[in-house]
Amino acid sequence: MQNPSQKLNPKLFDKDIEQIPIRKGFGEGLVIAGDMNKNVVGLCSDLTDSTVMNLFKDKYPDRFIEMGIAEQNMASVASGMAAMGKIPFITSYAMFSPGRNWEQIRTTVCYNDRPVKIAGSHAGVSVGPDGGTHQAIEDLAITRVIPNMVVISPCDAIEAKKATIACAKTRFPTYIRLAREKTPIITTNETPFEIGKAQLLFAPKNDKRAEVGIIATGALLHRALKVAYELENEGKMVKVLNLSTIKPLDEDIIWKLAHETGAIVTVEEHQIAGGMGSAVSECLARHYPVPIEFIGVNDKFGQSGTPDELLEHYGMGEKDIKIAVQKVLLRKK
Amino acid sequence: MPFPNQLTEQKIQFLLEKALTIRRSIIEMLIEAKSGHTAGPLDMADIFTYLYFHALKHDPKKPDWPYRDRLVLSNGHICPVLYAVMAHSGYFPISELKTLRKFGSKLQGHPHREFLPALESSSGPLGSGLSQAVGMAIAERIDFGKTSNKQIVCFLGDGELDEGQNWEAIMLAGKERLQNLMAIVDRNNIQIDGFTEDVMPLNPLADKWRSFNWHVQEIDGHSFQAIDQAYTQALSVFDKPSVIIANTISSKGIPEFEKKWEWHGKPPTTPEEITIARRALGIKG
Repeated sequence: MQNPSQKLNPKLFDKDIEQIPIRKGFGEGLVIAGDMNKNVVGLCSDLTDSTVMNLFKDKYPDRFIEMGIAEQNMASVASGMAAMGKIPFITSYAMFSPGRNWEQIRTTVCYNDRPVKIAGSHAGVSVGPDGGTHQAIEDLAITRVIPNMVVISPCDAIEAKKATIACAKTRFPTYIRLAREKTPIITTNETPFEIGKAQLLFAPKNDKRAEVGIIATGALLHRALKVAYELENEGKMVKVLNLSTIKPLDEDIIWKLAHETGAIVTVEEHQIAGGMGSAVSECLARHYPVPIEFIGVNDKFGQSGTPDELLEHYGMGEKDIKIAVQKVLLRKK
Repeated sequence: MPFPNQLTEQKIQFLLEKALTIRRSIIEMLIEAKSGHTAGPLDMADIFTYLYFHALKHDPKKPDWPYRDRLVLSNGHICPVLYAVMAHSGYFPISELKTLRKFGSKLQGHPHREFLPALESSSGPLGSGLSQAVGMAIAERIDFGKTSNKQIVCFLGDGELDEGQNWEAIMLAGKERLQNLMAIVDRNNIQIDGFTEDVMPLNPLADKWRSFNWHVQEIDGHSFQAIDQAYTQALSVFDKPSVIIANTISSKGIPEFEKKWEWHGKPPTTPEEITIARRALGIKG
């Protein structure tokens, strides 16, 4: 059942659940961050509307810089602005920022330890028809490996808004991963959010011991929750964590879940190698090794298609999550 | 009475002596470190001396003084010259120069501000310093408009201009008409693999910058009068960014090493090379 303390959307499992693109939450959050602090500035590489930075640009035209199609320059210009006391948000598609400009982010932002916030939109295969060139499925791996960096992958527009506002208040370089497509609204304004804290969204009734733990991040969290709901109806005891901060990792809640369940499934719209599942397995290998199954892209590039077609094709559908749960339960001693 | 920052004959004499001291420090640092770059630090010694001992608004005792000019070193590999002028102007003890490239030193092989916080930026990977300087200039304009009197100065190597990111930054600075931004290019004509015009031709270099809406000056990078004139003129340009292309002689000060690209990325290591270098700079020992 839904964890009542998380105050989730009551229509979570309804067919007509409201859907909003995650990037829209970022755009709205950035305006609020800008209202709260005049040092917040926005930079964009010719994708101002599709990254929803246009809301900030319209309200604060003097604090918005149009960079042209030049993501490498954008990252380092942002570093220079941060050196003068600004809190720059830079936006493009995740494939180009932090993809194209990775070394600039590594050296001029993170090595310099400057509070630049990188919002990578259109992450994952669910970008759809644009095809594999535009589907960033490596971005969590390449950002979480950089020292000083904070990495956040919000599950819906409301969480993206909270994450944007929260990260504007920290001194850390931060990557926020955003999806293009309309995504079911899981959380509400009352759902707690804190950078570095995972939340237990789904748990067995009456505090019963769970037999499997699903850890999900980003837009796929909703599918993970639906699978948990089905499994519960079939009599299985399941817990679901929303791991929106990939770094720093909430190790405590992760190993405790492994300790309770002895079996973990990770769910993310990203390469299995190097992503959130890898971060979880690094943690559990050290603290509490248990069998893990990974839902994600298995060393392939994306292609054109509808989001649903692609998620099915690359093994990230609800049926794949369910199979992974069955497999990990079999592996459990 | 001359103006306080007027370049008098007396001041030029002072700067000439100081530049020799800086070159001596650079070569002693490199000999001790047994690795590092020789050509660039030596050929930029005059301009760095001019800035740190004459033109730059800075306070070595208060490195975070908010009204200081900002100096971004994009070609981080020439850091021995930066470290030398910083030490000799009082940022840290001169004796620490000998720790260059050693474990735990403030003076990392390429500058890292975590180890030496007085640096405006860490650098090494080429092509990203100008972008940072552009960002500083834009931030300054947001806060102060045209009333800002901080100068943002970025040093670049000529070979470094092979990097495409520079041209993204040059384009943006031209578009934004950043009058508080100045680039100084070390035009020593060499890079690791050879002469710049063989590796990747840059000429006509001045025309390239001009076509991106920059104010361009080409000068003799070893003449204090020329450096002073260009720097002063660059400060007075009010509608666009300014670049000074400083024609320099690589490894300036050690005739046997001058204009030889082989000296781009190595220090004197053999007893003969060390003797040649020390003798040319009048170092006893």
